Amino acid sequence: MSSLLTSARVTPAEIAKELAFFAVIAFMMSIMILGVETVDRPTGLELALRWDLVILAIASTLVGRLGLIVRREHMSRLLQAVLIVVSAVMVFEMFVRFRDMDDRWAAPVTFDMAFQSVTSVIVFVAMIAVVFAIAYFSASTKRVVTEEEKAQSISSRLQVAYRTNTKKIGFVGILFFFIFPLLFGENRSAIDLATLVMIYIMLGWGLNIVVGLAGLLDLGYVAFYAVGAYSYALLSQHFGLSFWLCLPMAGIFSASFGIILGFPVLRLRGDYLAIVTLGFGEIIRVVLINWYNLTGGPDGIASIERPSFFGLAEFSRRVPEGVTSFSDLFGIDYSSMHRLIFLYYLILILALVTNFVTMRLRKLPIGRAWEALREDEIACRSLGINPTNTKLSAFAIGAMFGGFAGAFFATRQGFISPESFTFLESAVILAIVVMGGMGSQIGVVLAAIVMIGFPEMFRELAEYRMLIFGAGMVAIMLWRPRGLLSFRDPTILLNMSKKEKVAGENS
Amino acid sequence: MTDNKLLEVEHLTMRFGGLVAIDNLSFTANKREITAIIGPNGAGKTTVFNCLTGFYVPTEGRLTLHAKDGPRLLERAEGFRISRNNGVARTFQNIRLFTGMTVLENLIVAQHNRLMDASLFSLAGLFNLKRYASAEKEALERAKFWLNKTGLYEFADWNAGNLPYGNQRRLEIARAMCVEPSLLCLDEPAAGLNPRESAELNLLLQSIRDEQGIGLLLIEHDMSVVMQISDHVIVLDYGKKIADGNPDAVKNDPAVIRAYLGEEEDDELPPEVASDLHLDPKAQ
Amino acid sequence: MDWAYFLQQLINGLTLGAIYGLIAIGYTMVYGIIGMINFAHGEIYMLGAFHSLITFLICQAAGISGILPLTLLLMLVVSMVMTSVYGWGVERIAYRPLRGSFRLAALISAIGMSIFLQNFVQIAQGARVKAMQPFIKGGITLMESPNFNVQLSYMQIIIIVLTFVLMVVFSTLIAKTSLGRAQRACEQDRTMAGLLGINVDRTISTTFVMGAALASVAGMMVTLYYGVIDFYIGFLAGVKAFTAAVLGGIGSLPGAMLGGLLIGLIESFWSGYLTIEYKDVATFGILVLVLIFRPWGLLGKPEVEKV
Repeated sequence: MSSLLTSARVTPAEIAKELAFFAVIAFMMSIMILGVETVDRPTGLELALRWDLVILAIASTLVGRLGLIVRREHMSRLLQAVLIVVSAVMVFEMFVRFRDMDDRWAAPVTFDMAFQSVTSVIVFVAMIAVVFAIAYFSASTKRVVTEEEKAQSISSRLQVAYRTNTKKIGFVGILFFFIFPLLFGENRSAIDLATLVMIYIMLGWGLNIVVGLAGLLDLGYVAFYAVGAYSYALLSQHFGLSFWLCLPMAGIFSASFGIILGFPVLRLRGDYLAIVTLGFGEIIRVVLINWYNLTGGPDGIASIERPSFFGLAEFSRRVPEGVTSFSDLFGIDYSSMHRLIFLYYLILILALVTNFVTMRLRKLPIGRAWEALREDEIACRSLGINPTNTKLSAFAIGAMFGGFAGAFFATRQGFISPESFTFLESAVILAIVVMGGMGSQIGVVLAAIVMIGFPEMFRELAEYRMLIFGAGMVAIMLWRPRGLLSFRDPTILLNMSKKEKVAGENS
Repeated sequence: MTDNKLLEVEHLTMRFGGLVAIDNLSFTANKREITAIIGPNGAGKTTVFNCLTGFYVPTEGRLTLHAKDGPRLLERAEGFRISRNNGVARTFQNIRLFTGMTVLENLIVAQHNRLMDASLFSLAGLFNLKRYASAEKEALERAKFWLNKTGLYEFADWNAGNLPYGNQRRLEIARAMCVEPSLLCLDEPAAGLNPRESAELNLLLQSIRDEQGIGLLLIEHDMSVVMQISDHVIVLDYGKKIADGNPDAVKNDPAVIRAYLGEEEDDELPPEVASDLHLDPKAQ
Repeated sequence: MDWAYFLQQLINGLTLGAIYGLIAIGYTMVYGIIGMINFAHGEIYMLGAFHSLITFLICQAAGISGILPLTLLLMLVVSMVMTSVYGWGVERIAYRPLRGSFRLAALISAIGMSIFLQNFVQIAQGARVKAMQPFIKGGITLMESPNFNVQLSYMQIIIIVLTFVLMVVFSTLIAKTSLGRAQRACEQDRTMAGLLGINVDRTISTTFVMGAALASVAGMMVTLYYGVIDFYIGFLAGVKAFTAAVLGGIGSLPGAMLGGLLIGLIESFWSGYLTIEYKDVATFGILVLVLIFRPWGLLGKPEVEKV
C-alpha cells in the first residue's frame, strides 16, 4: 500500500497533511448544517443530532481527496477509480440517510434501499459502474501528453467527426424527434416529457441568439417567456382571440418588450447587463404577482383556451354544436392522446422554425454583425456598424422566440402563474445555452436533454433533484468550461472544404 | 489646389479634465496623398485619430471632410456614423480583429451597411431574394480583391486570430478598405513588423493611394516608413503642431530635432513620468 | 408630515441598510479582485443565518442562553468561522479551476453553486420557515407622539453599532495591512502581482473568506432581528446586496456600505409611504437608473474606454 501511495512528487507525510487539512474543512462544513438538525416542535425549535452524517461527510471527503491525489500524481488508475467510487457511495449513503432523520419523510431508507428489489440493485450497480468507468478511463497514467497524442485521442477524433457531420446529425435528430410520437405514442409521460424538453430547446435556441451569437449576457430571459404566456392568456380570455391569432401577437409583444427594455441598457458592459436583465425579470414577476386585477396575482390565470387543430377542429371529447371534433375530422376514435401529440408537433415545429431562422440569420449581415459585436465592439464601430441597433435586433428576435414559447406554454398548461417565471427558469435556460456550447444549436439540444430530461426522469428523487442539478451545473462547467459542443462553424468558406477547416483547427 | 483637399482640421482642441491632449491643432490632408502624423510618445497622435473617427467628441474645433458629395462635419457625427455616413475608416494601434471569425468573414462584416441595405432588414436575406444574393456576391468579390491585394488569399478561411502578426496588420488594413472609405486612418501600421514586412506594407499603402485615389492618414514611429512613402508630414509635440511640410523639410526642422532628441539638459521624460515627478512638462 | 413616522422609517431603513451593506461588501471585494459576480454569495449569507440559529439553539440547550453577551459572542464567532469555511470552499471548488477561463463559465458555475447550496440546506434543515423566539427584546422610546411612538430597539442598536465596528475593522485591514495591499495589487493586475511574489491564490481565498465572514454577520443579524429564516432568503438579499454594491460603485468598500444604506432606506420609505408590494420593483428600478446614468456607481471611478 505504501508503495502505491508514493510518487516522485509527494511523500506520504505530505499526503497525510493534505488529508488532515481537508478533514478539518469537511468537519467544519458539516458539523452544524449536517450534524445538528432543527426540528419544529410545538414548544419551538429543538435540536436533533446526526453524528453519522458528519462522519460520513468527513469520510467521503477523505477518501475522495485521496482518490484525487492518486489521480493527480498519476499513480494508479485502478486505485483512484476505486477510491472515487467508495467516496461516491458514501455521499449517496449520506444523502439517503437524510430521509431517515426528518419525520416528514416517513419511510426509513438507507443504503439498504439499493438492495430491496432487483431493479434497485441493477440501478445501483449500474451507477457504480458508470462512476468507476468515468474515473478509470478519464485518468491517465502518464504525466505529459503530447500534442500529437491529443489529436489522436478519442475525444478529438469525435470532435472532427461531429463537426464534419453536423448536417447529418441534425437531420437524424430532427427525424428522431418527428417519429418520436410513433415510438411512444401511447406513453403519456414520454410525450409530456418530450414536449417539455422541446420547450426548453426552443427557449435555449431563442436565448442562443442573444447570448451565444451577440454575446449579450441576459439573466432575465424568462421575462419574455412570461410576456408571451400572459399576452396569450389575457388576449384569449378578454377578447376571445384564438391561439393561432395570438401566437404571432405574443411574439410581437415580447419583441417590443425586448426593445423597450433593451434600449436604455444595451450599452452596458457584460456583467452589468446581466444584473439589469435579472432586475427586469424580477420586476416583471413582482408586477405579475401584484397586479391582481389584470393578472390574477399569485393565483394566476386558469382555464386558458386550448389550441384548435388550425382552427378546423377541436380536440375535446364533446364539442359544442357546429364545431367539428378532431376525431370526426379524420374519422378516427377519440383519444386524449391526440391533443398531446398535436401539442408536441406544434412545439417541435415552432422550435425548428426558431432553429432555421437562427441558422439563416447567422449567414446574413445581421448575424455576422452579432458575432462581430461579440468579438470586438470597438472595431465594429470603426466599421460603421451601429452597435445599439444590432444588439437591439438580437435582443428583440431572441425575445420574440421567447414569446412564442410562452404562448405555447400557456396553451399547453391551460394555467399560468408567476411561479412559473422565476429567476431559476432564466438560470436554467442560460445554463442550457452555455453548457451546450455558446452558439451551438445541437449543443442546446444536448444540454436541454441533460438538464431537463434527466432530472424529470428521476422524479422519485424529488427533493434531491435540484441538488443534483446544481452540482451538475458546476461539474459540467469544470469539465468543459466552454460547453459541450463549443465549436464555431464559419458562415462562409472560400477555398477550404469544411472538413479541411476542421482538421486544420484540430491539428 | 483647394479642390484637392480631403480633410481640413481647424483649431482642434481636446481636453480631458485639466489635461490638454490636443491644443489648437490645424492641418489639412489631401486626396491621393499620404499624410503622416508623427511625434514623441504621448504627443496626442492617437487622440487626433479618435476625434476624427468618432471615438471622442472634440472639445473645440472643426473637422471638415470633403467627401465626393460635398463637405461633412466630422465633429457632429458620433461613433459608428463617421464610418457609415462619411467614409472614414481606421485601424488600431493594438490590432482589433474579429479573432474568432475567419479572415474572409472579417472582410464581409466590414461591408455590413451595404449588405444590410440590400437585405432589407434581413427579410430579403431570409428568403434569399435575388437582390440580396447579388449584393452578397459583390461583397465577396470585393473581399477577394483585397485578399489578393494584401496577399492573404490563401489564408481566407483561417481564423483571423491564428494569423501571424504581420498578416493581421495587413488584414486590418484590408478590412478597413472594404468599408470603401474616402479617408483611411492607420494607427502605427508598421509597429512590430520586420523590415521585409515593413517594405511590403509601404508598397501596399502606396498602391492604395495611387489606385484607389483616397487620402491616407498615418501615425507612425518607424521613420523609414514615414520618410519613404509620405507626401506630407505633420509633427506633434505635447498636443501642438511644431512642424508641417514635406518629409525632407521636416527632417531638418530644428524644432522637430529638439522634440525627438531633446535639448542637452532635457532628460526626455515622457509626460506621464514627468507629471509623476511633479514636473510641469511645459516648464522645460 | 408626520415626523415621528418618518423617523421610525429612517431607523428601520438604516438597520436594513446595514445588513445589505455587509453583504454588499462581499460582492464588491470579489468583483474587484476577480471581476466576477459571486452569485453564491447570497447563499453564504443564508448559511450564516442558519449557523447562528443553530449556535443559538445549542446555547439554549446547554442552558447558557441566559447569559446574553456570551451567547451573542458565540453566535458571532461560530457563524463567522463556519461560514468562512463555506466561502473558502465555494471558491476552491467552483471558481478557482475556472479562473482565467471563459468568463461565462464561472458565472454558470456560481449559479449552479447557489442552487446546490440552497437545496443542500433545504434537505439538511428542512424546507419550513425556522422561527425563533425574540431573543433581545425591548428598546428605547425616542419620541412619543399622540398616535405613534418612535422605537429604537436594542437589536437595532446592536446591528448598527456592530456594522460600524466591522466596517472600521475591515477598512483598516484593507488600507493598512500587507494583506490589504496584496488584495489591492491583485485587483490592479493579477499576473504582475504574482510575478512580484504575492500569493495570488491565497489572496483571492482570503477575499472570499472575508466576504463570507461579513455576510455571515449579516445573516446572524437577520436571524435575531426578524426571528424567521428559511433556505430561500439568500437569493433576494443577494440580488439586493449586489444592487447596493453597484449603486455604491463596484470595487469600493465605502461605496458598498453607502449603497446598502441607500437601498435599505429606499425600501423602508417605499414600504412606509407607498406600496409595500412594489418595494422590490423600487430597488431594481433604482439599479436600472443608476446603471443607465452612472454605471460606475456613486463612489466608483468611471472607466475610460481605451482605443
